[in-house]
Amino acid sequence: MVTNITNFGRSGLSDWLIQRFSAVVLALYTLFIVAYLLFNPGLDYATWSGLFAQTWMRIFSLLAFVSLAAHAWVGLWTVTTDYLKPTGIRIGVQTVIILAIFVFLVWGIQILWGA
Amino acid sequence: MSTLQVSIYRYNPETDSAPYMQEFQVDTQGRDIMVLDVLHLMKEQDNGLAFRRSCREGVCGSDGMNMNGKNGLACITPLSDVVKNGKLVLRPLPGLPVIRDLVVDMGLFYKQYERIQPYLQNDTPAPAIERLQSPEDRDKLDGLYECILCACCSTSCPSFWWNPEKFVGPAGLLQSYRFLADSRDTATDERLAELEDPFSVFRCRGIMNCVAVCPKGLNPTRAIGKIREMLLANAT
Repeated sequence: MVTNITNFGRSGLSDWLIQRFSAVVLALYTLFIVAYLLFNPGLDYATWSGLFAQTWMRIFSLLAFVSLAAHAWVGLWTVTTDYLKPTGIRIGVQTVIILAIFVFLVWGIQILWGA
Repeated sequence: MSTLQVSIYRYNPETDSAPYMQEFQVDTQGRDIMVLDVLHLMKEQDNGLAFRRSCREGVCGSDGMNMNGKNGLACITPLSDVVKNGKLVLRPLPGLPVIRDLVVDMGLFYKQYERIQPYLQNDTPAPAIERLQSPEDRDKLDGLYECILCACCSTSCPSFWWNPEKFVGPAGLLQSYRFLADSRDTATDERLAELEDPFSVFRCRGIMNCVAVCPKGLNPTRAIGKIREMLLANAT
């Protein structure tokens, strides 16, 4: 039995499902933002701010941020377990990664719902 | 007279402090012989050269090795398939400990094979005759049972290189699916429970190196996809 405690789901299946679901969300969000920028060539602050003032856009953005956080964690956790063999260094790097992801997520929420 | 230049990995832990590449000039007399034949010609020049071989016809799986950067069986690989610019580079299968020259320690590979319990398990009373199977159910085992455990696939897989103690590897997973797909096997749930962690199956990134090198033309990536589907169906 292969054991592990540092990935959150404790399950390869849930990690795999999270990775695919979040990839779809991120693809949709990227397509939307790129299309929005293409269809609004002379974009000014008022229009951009107006877009993010709408509740649906904030929910869509939050979904994308949470997806990015989950996607980054599953992916980078995998990379650390592949390439960082000394346990101390691996746990240290994983700690830095999860802290950074947490900070970016809270910061993103603050930007979305901030003044 | 046509000479083939062969560069071969040499390492004898009793006398060498480090592995090195040795150059050989082999007279192939212009024939498109197999790489294993070249190895025999080299052994005539240097009797100390060590490599595994047995059936010399792609059935036993003993002479898996890395030829010009690609894993395969030396006995069924003609020079015309691998030689580039008149040069042939022979190395042991990557990622496994070298015992001597091209002979590697297959212990980790067999340990992963053992882990997937490669035998039929059935908890129902044994019938008086064989356990029967419909032709359709038997067809599901095609493309799975033919594996000869030569290790060409698992040793070409980076996921197996980085985590050989935890990732089962393409060869083991192909055999795992061979028993998961068998209508006579009743241990499906127990087998799936052993594979659900983030390493055993899910460390596969689907790069298909295993499919590219399999000398029997099998497709471990497809089998791994089927195992994922079974896990998903079981858990959602």
